[in-house]
Amino acid sequence: MKSYNGKLLRVNLTEGTIKKEPLDEDLARKYIGGRGLGTKILMDEIDPQVDPLSPENKMLVMTGPLSGTTASTGTRYMVITKGALNNMIASSNSGGHFGAWLKYAGYDGIIFEGKAASPVYLDIHDDEVELKDASALWGKTSEEVVAALGGDDKNSSVLNIGPAGEHLSLLAGIMNDTDRAAGRTGVGAVMGSKNLKAIHVVTENRRTEAADPDKFREVSNANTKMLKEHPVTGEGLPTFGTAVLVNIINGIGSLPVKNWQSALNSDPDSFSGETMADERLVRNNFCHHCTIGCGRVVKMGDKVIGGPEYEPLWAYGSSCDVHDLDAIIEANYWCNELGLDAIGAASTIAAGMELYQIGAIPEADCEGVPLEFGSGKAIVEWTKHMGRADNALGKLMAQGSWRLCEHYGHPELSMSVKKQEMPAYDGRGVQGIGLNYATSNRGGCHVRGYTISPEVLGAPMLVDRTTTEGKAELVKVFQDLTAAIDSLGLCLFTSFALGAGEYAALFSAAIGEDISADEIMTIGERIYNIERQFNKLAGMKPEDDTLPKRLLDEPLTDNEASEGMVSHLDVMLPEYYKARGWVDAFPTEETLARLEIV
Amino acid sequence: MVLVKLFAFFREGRGKELEVAWHEGLTAGEIIDDLGIERERVAILLINGRHQTPETVLEDGQKLFLFPPVAGG
Repeated sequence: MKSYNGKLLRVNLTEGTIKKEPLDEDLARKYIGGRGLGTKILMDEIDPQVDPLSPENKMLVMTGPLSGTTASTGTRYMVITKGALNNMIASSNSGGHFGAWLKYAGYDGIIFEGKAASPVYLDIHDDEVELKDASALWGKTSEEVVAALGGDDKNSSVLNIGPAGEHLSLLAGIMNDTDRAAGRTGVGAVMGSKNLKAIHVVTENRRTEAADPDKFREVSNANTKMLKEHPVTGEGLPTFGTAVLVNIINGIGSLPVKNWQSALNSDPDSFSGETMADERLVRNNFCHHCTIGCGRVVKMGDKVIGGPEYEPLWAYGSSCDVHDLDAIIEANYWCNELGLDAIGAASTIAAGMELYQIGAIPEADCEGVPLEFGSGKAIVEWTKHMGRADNALGKLMAQGSWRLCEHYGHPELSMSVKKQEMPAYDGRGVQGIGLNYATSNRGGCHVRGYTISPEVLGAPMLVDRTTTEGKAELVKVFQDLTAAIDSLGLCLFTSFALGAGEYAALFSAAIGEDISADEIMTIGERIYNIERQFNKLAGMKPEDDTLPKRLLDEPLTDNEASEGMVSHLDVMLPEYYKARGWVDAFPTEETLARLEIV
Repeated sequence: MVLVKLFAFFREGRGKELEVAWHEGLTAGEIIDDLGIERERVAILLINGRHQTPETVLEDGQKLFLFPPVAGG
């Protein structure tokens, strides 16, 4: 099937063997690639009850059919494994160059199994694939690993864990191209548990062949034109980056402050996208084949580095209440260097600050850097301690806010869903996003079903953020479409301008079959359901589909935009299960059969 | 008075915020017009944090936030 390489690498780290296996085209057609196909393969190959940090777990690095094509943003890859943060499906997506480079080198994905006896990295030079000793790389940061393996070679791309993944931090992400991250769900801990430090790809190829090249070019060019002409993807995101959301979300009283104790920040412009653009921006950062360029390159002292996105700006700036942009940029830099999920790390520090505020964390545990809200020094130093696990509290915090708060006797202060920290939108003020967090298969996450788009940004049409009405169906549609986009190998941001019809047209031209928009949505639904089925077999309980007590029981106050609001999850959840064809949080046999999940 | 806050591109040449004298029947659209902003460029219009339209009549003391088409994630 065109647009795929028809080849997977299977790397057994215990045995030190590497095999090239044919891609199952029927499965690829049914689950597309990336997130969908990776989940299906994982489901077929491991016992979902396996210990996620044991050699019996597997980790897949998967591209999609549109990764490495000329479609705008066609560079994404996905890491899929059983996660150690919550013992459920872990899947995390990243841009940069790596996904396209892996595809150009001739592979649709890599299945890692077992555990190496000592640190190794996988070295791929097109057909030549070899496991190499990584002892000298162990303990190194992202910049150091990239410099050692790839340097400035434009034909090279590096994926790596940092020290955080090596010491099995459950907040460890996987970095690529220095400052891009498959950040969430603790995938870096699984990679670290396998003694796998990095993947290095070198290739001169820059071509992925579509089944109908002329049609693909026509559709791809039309989509790129739509992205360039759309005011959001053509102008707003390139100019201000994702951080332009700071003022919008604060404007509706839904920007969590001080570990979600309130949701209205008194000085949002101290870390807003407008301020970043005015005072810090050096240039835009473009992923491979991206025509949007939302990434920020900023200055940190004399260094020019990848700058923080909206999420870490919120988590450090608002949830930790730090109004020092230099400190935020530095803390975010250490997340990239040490290989930490910036949302999880910063939110865990915010939880630690609330524990300190109420006296649960004693001064003596703070190693001379008190966890005080507003402290720029605390966010930088505790990020480093978490990434390096070089003191007792840092080591505990590296396991995430849920375990930190439980340790100090206040699990209710972990602002997490399924033990993963929620992102930068308060589910009290925006009802649909709260439902999305609660039902996300990978735990607290906005990019599983980004209902902020209709509920706040008015795209494609404005929906009342304060009501529960219609949110079940809305969340389902956004979750299903996202699953398909993640599997195609494109960036979710394309969906500000493109819809299921455009994705269907691209996929059709890529593989030479007529795929309808409805089928794209059905495939997305299939993927969402197989993830849920994995979680069921892994031991997830219906009560895991919930939100922190604070969002359900503590109304927002002193906040005229969202005054008195709580999440009405109790109303939305039954409607959502009905829309999905689920009973008690899981797909019925009928639903699984309808979606041909076997 | 109505406190008007501007964001993203709307700040260019206009600053971050200004106060506008209130009168009976004042609409958000009148303020947008007076600022020289094309109404169709206003993607998000908040009055006291709630989404409204240019036709919405303002009350004295309210806050009007104006955003062009922008997004993030």
